Amino acid sequence: MIKSIVIAGVGGQGTLLASRLIGKAALAMDYDVKISEVHGMAQRGGSVITYVRYGDESIKSPIIPLGEADILIAFEQLEALRWTKYLKKGGLLLSSSQRIDPMPVITGKMEYPEGIGPLLCQTAENMCFIGAYDLAVKAGSPKMVNTVLIGRAARFLDIDKDIWLEVVKTTVPKAFIDMNLNAFEAGYNF
Amino acid sequence: MKELLLANDAVARGLYEAGVKVVSSYPGTPSTEITQAAARYKEIDTEWAPNEKVALEVASGAAIAGARAFSAMKHVGLNVAADPLFTMSYIGVNGGLVIAVADDPAMHSSQNEQDSRYYAKAAKIMMLEPSDSQEAKDFTVKAFSLSEQFDSPILLRLTTRVSHSQSITTLKDPQEIVLKDYKKNPSKNVMMPAMARVRHEIVEERIKKQEEWSYASDLNKMVIKDEKVGFISSGIAFQYAQEALPNASYLKLGVVYPLSKKHLLDFASKVEKIYVIEELEPIIETACKALGISVIGKDKLPVTGEYSVDLLRKNLLGMDSFNYLEDFDYSTVPVRPPVMCVGCPHRGLFYALKRLNLTVTGDIGCYTLAALEPLSAMDTSICMGAGVSALHGFNKARGNAAMKKTVGVIGDSTFVHSGITGLINIVYNKGVGTVIVLDNSITGMTGHQNNPLNGLDLFGNPAKQVDLEMLAKSIGIERISVIDPFDIKETMRVIKEEVEQDEPSLIIARRPCALLKTVKYTGKVFVDREKCTKCKVCMRIGCPAISFKNGQIEIDESQCNGCGLCINVCAFGALVKKEEGQ
Repeated sequence: MIKSIVIAGVGGQGTLLASRLIGKAALAMDYDVKISEVHGMAQRGGSVITYVRYGDESIKSPIIPLGEADILIAFEQLEALRWTKYLKKGGLLLSSSQRIDPMPVITGKMEYPEGIGPLLCQTAENMCFIGAYDLAVKAGSPKMVNTVLIGRAARFLDIDKDIWLEVVKTTVPKAFIDMNLNAFEAGYNF
Repeated sequence: MKELLLANDAVARGLYEAGVKVVSSYPGTPSTEITQAAARYKEIDTEWAPNEKVALEVASGAAIAGARAFSAMKHVGLNVAADPLFTMSYIGVNGGLVIAVADDPAMHSSQNEQDSRYYAKAAKIMMLEPSDSQEAKDFTVKAFSLSEQFDSPILLRLTTRVSHSQSITTLKDPQEIVLKDYKKNPSKNVMMPAMARVRHEIVEERIKKQEEWSYASDLNKMVIKDEKVGFISSGIAFQYAQEALPNASYLKLGVVYPLSKKHLLDFASKVEKIYVIEELEPIIETACKALGISVIGKDKLPVTGEYSVDLLRKNLLGMDSFNYLEDFDYSTVPVRPPVMCVGCPHRGLFYALKRLNLTVTGDIGCYTLAALEPLSAMDTSICMGAGVSALHGFNKARGNAAMKKTVGVIGDSTFVHSGITGLINIVYNKGVGTVIVLDNSITGMTGHQNNPLNGLDLFGNPAKQVDLEMLAKSIGIERISVIDPFDIKETMRVIKEEVEQDEPSLIIARRPCALLKTVKYTGKVFVDREKCTKCKVCMRIGCPAISFKNGQIEIDESQCNGCGLCINVCAFGALVKKEEGQ
């Protein structure tokens, strides 16, 4: 078994932390794990994609092949649409309903496509649209969007809940542990 | 003990386990984390140098003095450090010397995608290339013993997808390494022609011995499965190849220079059809063909960009991947290029330059993003330092009238890296030009490293701060001004005045990076609907929080950090800041 998870978002949204949470949890389950991250220029508000793969067999490529992701976690609608090509047949698309205009939309060069949600629902068999931003604000800070989404994704991954909670506690800064646990539960119980 | 480590962190762990004493580097994506992680080991004396040449010279001095020493840089950084690299190949080492160079295929964060393996070949320095974090650590440790065994620096080549991937790594205890004796030895350590001629002969012999060693070592691995099809590969491409061609035989090369000709010939004698799977340049492929081995390489696979499992499946096997939205036109999905962050101090300066319609010779850093819309306020960006020196050439070519319409810009860290010499050149050669140093008190793009202009060392401890004004004065610049790039009016006034002068001038645009913990903007900006004329001037600063929606200006509350720059550009007082609770 190999699980492949693509995490897509906008630079600054915390996709890196999300991938590290999954990676650490998978390691705690004694799986082989590979994560591929994005650093540098793309982090400045650009389209960012990170990959996590784990399993009970040896993982080769840290980059997930197109059409092979078990789960695509999108932090933003447009990014969900952009990276659907990673999703495997029957894979789960988990997308935040958040919308962040990219510069070509702000400058009026291009339009933000309408109806992304319905388009995605029509195609992927397994689709979960979640108001992660509002849930994060409720949990204490809009910065908790990543933990909300991880909480939701946890339902579909072969990792015990106790391990998730432990990983959250040991990964995030001390002052934000409670907030992150709230955010995780909000996603988990969505 | 097992840990999930970024390969860059694993290299740092390797430095610790190999008993390295001195690390000197300059940050550069994707190599930066190596040095940052090395700094966490108190046994290693770690520093940021002003540039890669200085860094490698520091490491060279330490190695000659008998310590194990190391320097990390990105591929273009090795261009800067090429001078000491080539001659250290002749001098060799005393304590081991290893240089990590991180290439960036597909240019995730770089201005070109040069292949550093050519440097190994050109400088005749053995080069190892790991494929994951475990190998990154093991090869680092091995590189130090090889360096001492062969009396040669060793290059460790990484690429973005190795450097920035995490995989499971087994940690070991550090070796006990004692400082080696230092003995004066000018025939080895002073490279004058007579000595260098002798040393060059030694280098040529060394490379032959290293190739022999490579054949006997376990860094190269040959596995024969299917005798009909096999591949030769190294680095991250090896991982992709294993997944795309799971049943194929393979020759995995850990030593990518000198290439083990015997391994190539052995493999060719055992496998019928051979693919060479290497990102960027056809170096292994060329070596195979020179040996008369028939291989499939760049005729099927690109020289440009990075590889992937999909690319190999498609180009070598004709396989397509599954896509739910097969018929969807992805070109309708707006691209999302990186942008300057909300609150970025550069935004104010480039807005002013755009308003003044100036030609701008630019440089490398976050501020290079000013070349993109809507600011579109940068004309050139070549390499670090060229913002200053190319300005001089541009002005020479186009003469007096153009000079008054041209400025050079460069960041603070970049200025110390290689802008100072360009500025001296302008003054010395009676140039006329206005250079603007964007002093945001940090090396921004690579993720916040301190530098000699912000008065903090790698650890954030106080360090002597370069006095930029005094430095400029001492090299002969008489016109020096300091501006706040958020004060648009004053910024425009000063720039206008300075470009008119018939002598060189320096403007320091000073405001710290908005992402620094010490910078605290408060409140949010709101639109006063009654005052807003919808002129959209506020949109010209390219703030990602400001957009025009449903016929009016909108400020995205979730993004606005209250920096207030937009308030300064609105002529109607329609943008108002409200503090929390107001």
